[in-house]
Amino acid sequence: MLDALADPTRRAVWERLSRGPMSVGQLAELLPVSRPAVSQHLKVLASAGLVAATPDGTRRIYVARREGLIALRDYLDTMWRDGLAAYAAAIDAAIDQENQEGSQE
Amino acid sequence: MNADREPGPQAVIAPVRHEVLVNAPVERAFRVFTDGFGRWWPKAHTIASFPVERAIIEPWAGGRCFDRGADGRECDWGRVLVWEPPSRLVLAWQVDGNWSYEPEVDNASRVTISFAPAGGQTRVTLVHDEFERHLKAGPELAGGVRDGWGSALGLFAAEAEDAEAEDAW
Repeated sequence: MLDALADPTRRAVWERLSRGPMSVGQLAELLPVSRPAVSQHLKVLASAGLVAATPDGTRRIYVARREGLIALRDYLDTMWRDGLAAYAAAIDAAIDQENQEGSQE
Repeated sequence: MNADREPGPQAVIAPVRHEVLVNAPVERAFRVFTDGFGRWWPKAHTIASFPVERAIIEPWAGGRCFDRGADGRECDWGRVLVWEPPSRLVLAWQVDGNWSYEPEVDNASRVTISFAPAGGQTRVTLVHDEFERHLKAGPELAGGVRDGWGSALGLFAAEAEDAEAEDAW
């Protein structure tokens, strides 16, 4: 199984791109890595579907692909909001039931 | 884009964070969350392919999180990583991009639930983070608008809404 994000430098490249599109040159300036090394990492990330490139004049601009993770995050945000509301309601319902039972005695 | 979506120095995808104040002391709040999980968890939120009768969190570190059907079938969806009653619980959320069980804990995001006393009540804070771990199992999921998470999430959300509308509890 390809593990493109296991390499710390590759992960750093992907995280940088997640904050905004950049060229190879810009990435090389920001990270302690040579331009050829950045290009190599980008190639691996692109083959894993983690980055996409668009031409911009003579250079290429790279962007991190993370739509899937954002969709996941949005879904889990709703799931936990609903779940915690149900949890709080369950505690209230239990207290109501105990109070009723208590008042019947 | 929301302000809370701004990526921090560590996390590329901002954690999901929710807080709720519940009418119970911490011991009870923890017990209802864990022992009582199956009584309050919305049953529509499941990856099981069968009707779920009860969702279960086994009460120890290393315990399984799973759904059980009326016919006894079981479907795992997580693992207890930290069990510190009554103050903290950490779960691995082991679901892959196809809404199936992800057997590798390392490839699962993390859910941390904290219980803090607040007067006679309890402030329960839930943080779901480290989503990038799911990409270790299949980095192609990062761009999964048409495949993987993207489409499956849409389908799943619609099913969940239908089920909740039919079975408001």
